Amino acid sequence: MKIDTNQLLRFTTAGSVDDGKSTLIGRLLYDSKSIFEDQLAAVENSSKQKGIEGVDLAMFTDGLKDEREQGITIDVAYRYFTTPKRKFIIADTPGHIQYTRNMVTGASTANAAVVLIDARHGVIEQTKRHTFIASLLNIPHIIVCVNKMDLVDYSEEVFNSIIEQFEEFSSKLLIKDVRYIPISALNGDNVVNRSENMSWFQGSPMLHELETLHISSDINKIDARFPVQTVLRPQRPGFEDYRGYAGRIASGIYRVGDEVSVLPSGFNSKIKSINAGEAEVEEAFAPMSVAMTLEDDIDISRGDMIVKKNNQPELSQEFDVMLCWLNNSPVKPRTKYSIMHTSNEQKAVIKEVVYKMDVNTFKRNDEDKDLKMNDIARIKLKTSHRLMLDSYRDNRNTGSIILVDESTKETVAAGMIV
Amino acid sequence: MSTYYLNYLEELESEAIFILREVWAQFQNPVILFSGGKDSILVTHLAKKAFHPAKIPFALMHVDTGHNFPEAIQFRDDLVEKLGVNLIVGSVQKSIDTGRVAEEKGKNATRNALQITTLLDTIEEHKIDCAIGGGRRDEEKARAKERFFSHRDEFGQWDPKNQRPELWNLLNGKYFEGEHFRAFPISNWTEMDVWNYLTKEGIEIPSLYLAHEREVVKRNGSWIPNSEFLVLESNEEIVKKKIRFRTLGDITITGGIESEADTMEKIVEEVSTMRETERGNRSDDKRSETAMEDRKKDGYF
Repeated sequence: MKIDTNQLLRFTTAGSVDDGKSTLIGRLLYDSKSIFEDQLAAVENSSKQKGIEGVDLAMFTDGLKDEREQGITIDVAYRYFTTPKRKFIIADTPGHIQYTRNMVTGASTANAAVVLIDARHGVIEQTKRHTFIASLLNIPHIIVCVNKMDLVDYSEEVFNSIIEQFEEFSSKLLIKDVRYIPISALNGDNVVNRSENMSWFQGSPMLHELETLHISSDINKIDARFPVQTVLRPQRPGFEDYRGYAGRIASGIYRVGDEVSVLPSGFNSKIKSINAGEAEVEEAFAPMSVAMTLEDDIDISRGDMIVKKNNQPELSQEFDVMLCWLNNSPVKPRTKYSIMHTSNEQKAVIKEVVYKMDVNTFKRNDEDKDLKMNDIARIKLKTSHRLMLDSYRDNRNTGSIILVDESTKETVAAGMIV
Repeated sequence: MSTYYLNYLEELESEAIFILREVWAQFQNPVILFSGGKDSILVTHLAKKAFHPAKIPFALMHVDTGHNFPEAIQFRDDLVEKLGVNLIVGSVQKSIDTGRVAEEKGKNATRNALQITTLLDTIEEHKIDCAIGGGRRDEEKARAKERFFSHRDEFGQWDPKNQRPELWNLLNGKYFEGEHFRAFPISNWTEMDVWNYLTKEGIEIPSLYLAHEREVVKRNGSWIPNSEFLVLESNEEIVKKKIRFRTLGDITITGGIESEADTMEKIVEEVSTMRETERGNRSDDKRSETAMEDRKKDGYF
């Protein structure tokens, strides 16, 4: 594996147990030789106990005790595999229980979503729901895998009619890049290796797509945003006057000498130096973790944002958000939540629920406005201080928020700035 | 740099540094759990980068089972001195002597589970609100469910079915008095990533990881090192083998593998063709299918 140039791709898998999601992941891990012999032995052993002949690929993704006992996935699990071209992180999200909460979590950092469709059933409600969430979370690439092709005689007609169904409903959503692959996870057709049973398919197997998707542009490199995480003051010989602003560049590119503004105060300065670890660099870009110093002595602390003078986010206290409610206890009216946005934290109240979204029909509901677990709604939010905002469509890192309930300290909602 | 993207190791490094800085910003008294193993050495190295040119702002905390590889302890003390950081030692022996825990009995007795009490006692005694660990999600199925910021209740327990959702780069480290967090900055690294990075960066690790001649005994399919704590069964015999260790834990239960890999480059080569997981030689994980999950719920690393 070439370390110097190989990239990291994060993808999420959506589908229920019945779609063969676990089998697909098991197949990817198995055929890419990412499964170790002791893991294989353990699964062979458990398969035998369950009375299954051979290896049950789905069992490679089993995690907690309850999950194995009940045969379900409770929580997002992360899987890893590497090919000579890329390193992959799979966010394996459950299809049934708490689906919105888990899907949204897995989708939030994904470059790609793999949507699984059972060839026998075509597009069902769950397909629409998964695709809607992938589009809402602005996942840059979607790969639709029509699975269980072996059960429909590897029929090209079946595959084409499912593409048609998918195109029809997804045309209503904002999706940038979608591709379709007919597979059989169980037999391995078009997963890692090209299928001999579907010579009519001109596209690439799934793994090849994942290895070659163009992901360098997934992060916004235009609008420079640098949220300050913490201030470094070494107070040791040679560094008495050093004040470094440490953080991870959320988007864009910074160079020594750039004219910058510090928000929300609005003071201007120039970048004096950039450190990436121990090395001084001339330029840095998202998603690098760096420390910057400025030419002028300005009061800067955690939660501030250093941006380019000529390209600034909006400063606002009132804005619209697409909100996913993630907690068992519903929204409490007039409650002040803590809002976390980049490295900034303020108080926030929900001023109004504009409408709730039906994730199965994509219809807006402006009558029932009680937000409960797994609900998605457009809301109006008001914060105690101004936040430095970009729309989520433009910038996933500066367009996302979470709400924390101070009475339980739990993360109760995730939001995307409209 | 003419291309504006990171390779996968640079991205993992950047992510880990982000998490370490977030720990520093959100907690009052965080420490790095330091075992002398390669993962905690890596985390310490990343912390050095994260806060450069300032010193690492965390103390290192070692839960000492008393059953150590002497090389690992020497390595720990040298590193602490070089970095100029504080060292906190929680002693399992002390927990036994003061009656907090009782030593396991029988031939497979280990002090592995006893560490939980010592760890939690030390966290409480030093008012630590976040313990940074080198746990990785690829290590074990229960660890695959871990968050970057992982909440522990006032009994130190992990509730895997009721974890806080973790989205984008927004980490919620809020807690009530008496509770604490575990933070896992290298969650997304695999064993291979760790070795590649250690090699690329030229990071020093204990010589135990490199192949060397050692007295060992075959037990449960692994080569267990001879030490003052080893009690031989009648059918066992001590032999000399060229071995190396893939993980470093309690010396009584950490098995080595036969190997010729005596340089970092050779280890990378060996690991890439390895067909067993690194914890496959840890008898603490072999006790049952959910051994790790059960220990983690109780407060284990």
